[in-house]
Amino acid sequence: MHPLTGAVDCDLHPDLPPVAALLPYLEGHWADAMVERGIESLETASYPPNVPLAARPDRRPLLGTGVAGLAGATLDAWGLSAGILNPLLGVHLVFNQDMAVALARALNEWIAREWLDRDARLRASIVVPLQSVPDAVEEIERRAADPRFVQVLVPAMWEVPYGRRSLWPVWEAAARHRLPVGIHAGSAYRHPPTSLGWPSYYAEDYAAQSLGFQSQVGSLITEGVFQQIPDLTVVLIESGVTWLPSYLWRLAKFWRGVRSEVPWLAESPAAVARRHIRLTTAPFDAPEDADTVGRLMDQLGSEEMLLFASDWPHWQWDGAAPPLPAGIPPALAAKLTRANPRSTYPRLAAEVPA
Amino acid sequence: MAKVVVAPVAEMPPGSRRRIQTETRAIAVFNVGGEFFAINDRCPHGGGSLSCGVLTGLVESDGPGRYRYSRKGEILRCPWHAWEFDLRTGRSVCDPARMKVRQWPARVEPGAALAAETFPVSVEDDYVVVEA
Repeated sequence: MHPLTGAVDCDLHPDLPPVAALLPYLEGHWADAMVERGIESLETASYPPNVPLAARPDRRPLLGTGVAGLAGATLDAWGLSAGILNPLLGVHLVFNQDMAVALARALNEWIAREWLDRDARLRASIVVPLQSVPDAVEEIERRAADPRFVQVLVPAMWEVPYGRRSLWPVWEAAARHRLPVGIHAGSAYRHPPTSLGWPSYYAEDYAAQSLGFQSQVGSLITEGVFQQIPDLTVVLIESGVTWLPSYLWRLAKFWRGVRSEVPWLAESPAAVARRHIRLTTAPFDAPEDADTVGRLMDQLGSEEMLLFASDWPHWQWDGAAPPLPAGIPPALAAKLTRANPRSTYPRLAAEVPA
Repeated sequence: MAKVVVAPVAEMPPGSRRRIQTETRAIAVFNVGGEFFAINDRCPHGGGSLSCGVLTGLVESDGPGRYRYSRKGEILRCPWHAWEFDLRTGRSVCDPARMKVRQWPARVEPGAALAAETFPVSVEDDYVVVEA
């Protein structure tokens, strides 16, 4: 049996709809306003369409072909049992709160009608308008009624760090409905993607994403989000993996010296991370060398944290099927591809047979 | 264990500390509100001199933003990496199961009981004594 047979792909990207495709799902005023204001697309600088990473050349012909193209190239080709759609439309870029709320609502409805209704293996993340916390909570409450939505999706870099108390109602709503919060690479560009200022080149921007993820992990843990919301799981998507052990070592080291500053954190940040943080495997960011991967798994200190993902159609790997980390034993491969996604996404486990 | 006379009690009021050197080890002695505590003067983490550390209280919490402060003066913060140690147990606050500084019994004894020792004591006074 191929190691991906029956796997759950935890990071698939549907085509980004042009605004015209969302018009049928936008409420009257907003449908007309988008046309009248000439807003035709919400693509972000995180994934410019022509950047090589955005799609492998042989997949470009499949872009824009909807469910059939995606399902054929992923679910069918690799024998997956399910795949989770993470739409990366730039709803988070919008400054007008009401427009952001309307767009998030329309995008989630579009995903349900145009994707989830058309292939029973597909699941999706709920895009939430963090621009307005009460509306983000309301959108979670609305979509939670549909079990095919299995996660709440936010960008790696937002206006404030995610541990801040002003955002807790969103995370509480997610946990209440057994929805992990998926933090996906990308920025609302309220701040430069590096803490030094604006980078000049795409390679800098993309590489700096992992620094954004690090800061979010530090914020969530030190602010006590996981003490406040013990049932919350956070999934880092397209974050890279191998930076995490060294970052946790550093965070734990400093926590030991300034523990009294955050007394609610009564155990090492690394222990909290192992319980509450999950990461997808594309990209993994390690050489194809079993010894190196083995050492990294030892440093990670948990076999529960990794979730298989292809990051389709992004060009993270070559070959016919997405790779698993080099040299991992079959039992661990089975966890990554099947058991861990089901335990991380409880709403998925209820619907997709193991 | 040998009995080591640290100082006359009158010279170690509450809040004071002494570092003493025996033949084999350095010991940090503290008077916390009239109670005496003695620990190794070497932090088990990185080797910092604990007798130079800050004495503070225990900060605990039952949730983010909630602070419970108690036992003022009973927690010693190492001057090197700021690890905290509980003077009553010797255990570190951040990793109590695995990291502990060695303690030594410390108490006050009358000079009369120490007269046979080789230290110059006055039988009229009380002394801080460490068994080390």
